[in-house]
Amino acid sequence: MKLHHVVKAATVLAASLALTAARADPVRDDPLVVNGEQELATQAPAPDHLGGALGDTVYSGWLFRDTDTRAMQKDDFDNPMFLFVDAGLEAWETPEGTAGKSCADCHNAIEDSMKGLRARLPRVNAGGELWSLENHVNDCRTNRMGAEAWGWNSQEMKNMTAAIGLQSRGMPVAVQIDGEAAPFWEKGKEMYYTRYGQLEMSCANCHEDNFGNNIRSDHLSQGQVNGFPLYRLKDQGAVSTHQRFVGCIRDTRGVPFEPGSQEFRELELYVASRGNGLAVETPAVRH
Amino acid sequence: MLISRRGVLAAGAGLAGLAMLPVAVRAQDAAAAAPAQTADEMIAEFTGGAQVAEGDGVKLTAPEIAENGNTVPISVEAPGAAEILLIATQNPTPGVARFSFGPLAASQDAATRIRLAKTQDIVAIAKLADGSFVRTAANVKVTIGGCGG
Amino acid sequence: MAENVKPRVRVPKTASRDEVITIKTLISHPMESGQRKDKDGKVIPRSIINRFTAEFNGQMVLDARLEPAISTNPYLEFDARVPETGEFKFTWYDDDGSVYEDAHKVEVS
Repeated sequence: MKLHHVVKAATVLAASLALTAARADPVRDDPLVVNGEQELATQAPAPDHLGGALGDTVYSGWLFRDTDTRAMQKDDFDNPMFLFVDAGLEAWETPEGTAGKSCADCHNAIEDSMKGLRARLPRVNAGGELWSLENHVNDCRTNRMGAEAWGWNSQEMKNMTAAIGLQSRGMPVAVQIDGEAAPFWEKGKEMYYTRYGQLEMSCANCHEDNFGNNIRSDHLSQGQVNGFPLYRLKDQGAVSTHQRFVGCIRDTRGVPFEPGSQEFRELELYVASRGNGLAVETPAVRH
Repeated sequence: MLISRRGVLAAGAGLAGLAMLPVAVRAQDAAAAAPAQTADEMIAEFTGGAQVAEGDGVKLTAPEIAENGNTVPISVEAPGAAEILLIATQNPTPGVARFSFGPLAASQDAATRIRLAKTQDIVAIAKLADGSFVRTAANVKVTIGGCGG
Repeated sequence: MAENVKPRVRVPKTASRDEVITIKTLISHPMESGQRKDKDGKVIPRSIINRFTAEFNGQMVLDARLEPAISTNPYLEFDARVPETGEFKFTWYDDDGSVYEDAHKVEVS
């Protein structure tokens, strides 16, 4: 009898594995056209450095979402992130700090000076450090404006990174991975394949081995970061790249690194490079 | 501010907790606005106890499966209606919205985004131009994804 | 008063007489449901936008009573008819007594 039960359980297990193994492909017949005018590339040839790990194509996370969620990103009015973009644009023009300067005083029109920046970050700065967009913002605030640094995940910071990121919308992600960026990129790659937490899961276990599948009722994407900061329906608010990393590591029952940490900036560079060629979607909408 | 999984769970527990702690929550509500009504009470107040027919006079558009229960897009329309009442029957406070259409409404149609605590029926009741009431319902399955983030 | 409450409204600038125009509105607001608890287990008081109205030249288009089930950053979409050149007035009413307003002119040709 006991043996019978074991066999039965094994059969059920095998059946359920077979079910989850059936890959639900990303949506293929829905172009992402924003405001009825600008089409954003939601797939691109997989970068060479992946060596085929994601097949021959990389997909935006947008293609893994439901029709209703996808629709919210097709119109800037339906996309609640634009509340925060508006706030960021206002902050751009607002003098702050002891120098009495605003972003615009040095950088003029955000549409011109910030165009393309989001697509190339993180990158190595003049001092040889790997910087994300947040580092650049706080560098200006503390060294040029005489203002206080914003918290990495503060609303003010997400407003600003959304407003700056928007200026690169539609441009292909193109982070540098060789030269001076190489050592950081290598560390980020190592981290991507390192298993964390009590569940001993790496980024790759979900977002490379199982994208398209459902895990714990979530439809896994390739974990691309081309749309951050983005509006997450679950949080009903803006979420940064590092905030998302924190969530993933916590879900492995691990202890996450700090937002803005060296580790997360290296991981951000590596993950961004897995989406080289995808359009910047900032500010995206996800579930 | 909302990103801790524990926080999200707590939020969910808070929602679920209403059923268990009606007194505490009512006190809270009283401090804020109107006391929480049951779905039946809300419907009775809206219809004044009049008969409500099932019918095509009101149409509810909602996803069969919501990708996230915190932000579920829905729309409702009832041509010629004066008012539409929307109720989420299994939410801790079932009220969602009550739309009253004025003379310059081009249609009796409204769309919004709502929170659903769990899988449930959403009910729309329209008060038509002739004073009669018509009702429809849509079931929305709410998935609680594992990626708390 | 909830902080940094900002409305966003989409209304066409021009329309023909009695044309059906779709209006979309969004306002940044936490819509605190009164159901959540803070870290110490204390209920976070309810604080929502409980009513929204859209008027055109003083005539009502939509009067919406909103409940805690409306998502954060409440979104509303509806149709209006404009009989003449004039102004839309949108008003959001907060539980705490605050009132947020926005106005948009429409030229009717």
